[in-house]
Amino acid sequence: MSYSLDELKRLFPPGRFLVKPGELAPYESDALTAFRARPLAVVLPESHEEVAAAVRWCAKHQIPYVARGSGTSLSGGSLPIDGGLLIGLNRMNKLLRLDAKERLAVVQPGFINLQVSNAAAPYGLYYAPDPSSQPVSTIGGNLAFNSGGAHCLKYGMTSNHVLAARVVLPDGETVELGSESLENTGPDWLGLFVGSEGLLGIATEVTLRLLPRPETYHTVLAAYDSLAKAGEAVAAVVASGLLPGAMEIMDSLAIEAAEAAVKAGYPLAARALLIVELEGETSQVEAEARHLEEVIRQSGAYEVRVAQNADERMKIWKGRKAAFSAVGRLSPDYIVQDGVVPRSRLGQALAEIERLSARYGLRVANVFHAGDGNLHPLILYNGRVEGELQRAEELAGEILRLCVALGGSITGEHGVGMEKKAYMTEMFSEDDLNAMQRIRQALDPGELANRGKMFPGEAPALRFHGAHPLEKAGVISRE
Amino acid sequence: MTLMPSSLAEVQEAVRTYQHVRPRGGGSKPALSAPLEGQTVLEMTGLTGVLEYDPGEYVLVARAGTRLAEVEALLAEHGQYLPFDPPFVEQGATLGGTVAAGLSGPMRQRYGGVRDFILGVQFVDGQGRLVRGGGKVVKNAAGFDLPKLMVGSLGRLGILTEVAFKVFPFPKATATLLVDFSGLEEALEALYRLTGSPIELYALDLLPPATLALRLGGLPEALPARLERLQSFLGQTGQLLQEAAEARYWRHLNRLPLGEGSLVKVALTARHIPDLEKALGSTPRRYLSAGNLLYLTWNDEPDRLDALLKAQGLSGLVLKGTVARSQLGINLEHVLGHKVSRALDPQGKFSLHAPLP
Ligand SMILES: Cc1cc2nc3c(=O)[nH]c(=O)nc-3n(C[C@H](O)[C@H](O)[C@H](O)COP(=O)(O)OP(=O)(O)OC[C@H]3O[C@@H](n4cnc5c(N)ncnc54)[C@H](O)[C@@H]3O)c2cc1C
Ligand SMILES: Cc1cc2nc3c(=O)[nH]c(=O)nc-3n(C[C@H](O)[C@H](O)[C@H](O)COP(=O)(O)OP(=O)(O)OC[C@H]3O[C@@H](n4cnc5c(N)ncnc54)[C@H](O)[C@@H]3O)c2cc1C
Repeated sequence: MSYSLDELKRLFPPGRFLVKPGELAPYESDALTAFRARPLAVVLPESHEEVAAAVRWCAKHQIPYVARGSGTSLSGGSLPIDGGLLIGLNRMNKLLRLDAKERLAVVQPGFINLQVSNAAAPYGLYYAPDPSSQPVSTIGGNLAFNSGGAHCLKYGMTSNHVLAARVVLPDGETVELGSESLENTGPDWLGLFVGSEGLLGIATEVTLRLLPRPETYHTVLAAYDSLAKAGEAVAAVVASGLLPGAMEIMDSLAIEAAEAAVKAGYPLAARALLIVELEGETSQVEAEARHLEEVIRQSGAYEVRVAQNADERMKIWKGRKAAFSAVGRLSPDYIVQDGVVPRSRLGQALAEIERLSARYGLRVANVFHAGDGNLHPLILYNGRVEGELQRAEELAGEILRLCVALGGSITGEHGVGMEKKAYMTEMFSEDDLNAMQRIRQALDPGELANRGKMFPGEAPALRFHGAHPLEKAGVISRE
Repeated sequence: MTLMPSSLAEVQEAVRTYQHVRPRGGGSKPALSAPLEGQTVLEMTGLTGVLEYDPGEYVLVARAGTRLAEVEALLAEHGQYLPFDPPFVEQGATLGGTVAAGLSGPMRQRYGGVRDFILGVQFVDGQGRLVRGGGKVVKNAAGFDLPKLMVGSLGRLGILTEVAFKVFPFPKATATLLVDFSGLEEALEALYRLTGSPIELYALDLLPPATLALRLGGLPEALPARLERLQSFLGQTGQLLQEAAEARYWRHLNRLPLGEGSLVKVALTARHIPDLEKALGSTPRRYLSAGNLLYLTWNDEPDRLDALLKAQGLSGLVLKGTVARSQLGINLEHVLGHKVSRALDPQGKFSLHAPLP
């Protein structure tokens, strides 16, 4: 062991300083398993001071590092750097304070998303951002990726629900960003930090905003004989002035998979299913439901179901939430893509994806957050067939370019990470990227924090490794 | 010197040419936009116009010098609005000035403030380069969130030339209840009970000494039942404002009519209110958004307010009035801020402090 590594070892007790190949293996990739790298070592800090000490060690020896929560990034964001340090934050998993009166929770970065809502539930409160990975993904990872969920149109992403963070900067210094107030009186430094994908520092303590749980939900499932009609129905709902909490669409391939997996009782002949959910004060929701019924009736749905109770609601959502992993039943492997188009271009985007799918000879299932134009095409392939992974990656890339060409974005919620850095130039000019680079280098001249991510540059080769271990175990499923 | 650029190229040219530049929207917050000696003023109202607006997208893109009044009128034609409810609409405030000052109004209570609705920005940095961040769709996670960074930046990080916002449908019907309580303690208790309940309010203001202004919005057929519920929740009927009188009440407040003096914005939480109320005496003031935002008018020495805010651990921003420094209260400067500012403006062209002679 080198002298410098010995110095690091002295900062952490055995068991929280890992260097043996066997100990490092679980950290070699994230949920984008096609990328893999071996870190120099893994440290598992239990306090802010230990994180700062590890970062200072990296700064002193100019060793690049990656922070890691649960490693569920779908874009290679928490992929380690060959020969770099990996700072695992799962041990920093405490709820430090829950103030029901002020409606906020202070947590360590390794605290799990769903646990926030669980802890808040006894007070009638919840934490709004709900990525499908919420049973396992951490608040630190959510912050770094500004993660979203099915309810973004109305209530925003992670960034809209974070009040403050304590951050270790890449030089080891500590800053406090934000405050308990929803307002502030200077530049929104916290806003810059959230979504910075681990490049601007490591959050060691996070203050989250909690909301009162909606009083009533009204969940509608509508079946259509074409995807276009479902898309038009979304436009009609929006035009009617309603603001649903969620609007989701699944195409026939996704329906078939979900049905096979969880028997949600979906109308099997449907070419497209639309889920619309209203939420809020009971009398308001009841009134909105009458308007929604009229809009859906006129949209050409051939079958409409309204959840009559919490069980029926859960059943509708269960199929939707399971759709991704369920696609695994139709194909040995798949890639989840994440792109955004203006809502009015959804129909055009879907038609184009269908054409691309035929051209590449690969099936694509579509499940998406229709309310905010966030597409999640699932590209089905067989990793054991020579060249199929590469073809699937190419198709995924074409879909991203399509999203940008239609005026949208290369990612709505999964981030850029390693996977999409080559596409940043599709969306941003050289001057745009330079400005972001200058911000990054001002804080991290050696580019130690998450080196090689987000900004265009060389990416390692893709290799086939199958699904994330947690998905194989059925613990989480993709949205 | 004052320049009025009418194109992006002219803004870039001005930044490259002059040593110290200070952008000004329309000057509705003069304490923030009045030039210091040696600063060249860039009057941004030459860069105006809505560039993209499709009501079905809930997105509006406009040049930064566009007046809020123009934007709001266009949105209203389609039953939509800026949910963060920016002040000074009739006083000529611009989109750029509103973002740079980070100002929201009473209705931020329902869905959030400027930071929650800004989607994209284009700005000229301190070296005259044109930079874009964010996008024009309601959901986007690519690159650093430069749009949020610009909220509250007061022109010190760049000159905004274009902004994109998420917009929402305006409620089809609204009603407001003014409810008096026997004292501050009772009013605050009601405020906390409301924020912890599923009752959804468009505005939740506290008017000292002990009145709450509560605005409900939604479908007209549901409003009477919701009003009744609100009244029984509070245990009193209060004074009901509806229709034109209600609209007038809020329109009047949009100019933050708190009398003569220095207009100051303070960021806080309801927890701070009891101590502040003891200290503020007869200062005209109003707490917005369940105690997250305070606007007040100060007529005493600025140093006294500065000390008062510091003692409470709060920060304030002077919007109108002649003061040496617009930032009051606790020091929010930190190393991240300094480094990021220098990255975007290495020569200090946008510095808020008087340039050295
Ligand atoms: C099945 C499945 C479903 C998913 N569904 C969704 C979804 O619906 N919506 C969505 O947005 N995403 C989704 N994701 C993606 C992923 O779960 C999110 O990006 C999540 O926020 C990552 O959390 P994590 O704890 O696993 O972070 P990791 O993967 O460990 O890390 C993610 C990034 O955050 C950085 N990081 C981690 N902790 C910190 C910290 N404390 N400070 C600074 N940087 C840090 C890492 O360096 C890395 O760049 C899904 C993933 C899977 C596998
Ligand atoms: C009492 C009063 C009455 C008025 N009545 C009228 C009237 O009847 N009719 C009328 O036309 N006008 C009137 N005005 C002027 C009007 O207020 C201005 O046109 C308007 O306020 C625009 O200012 P602003 O809100 O855009 O921000 P400003 O006050 O100009 O600026 C606020 C902050 O934002 C920064 N900033 C501004 N623009 C940018 C940008 N593009 N990029 C980066 N930073 C920027 C500034 O440097 C400053 O720090 C009145 C003003 C006052 C005070």
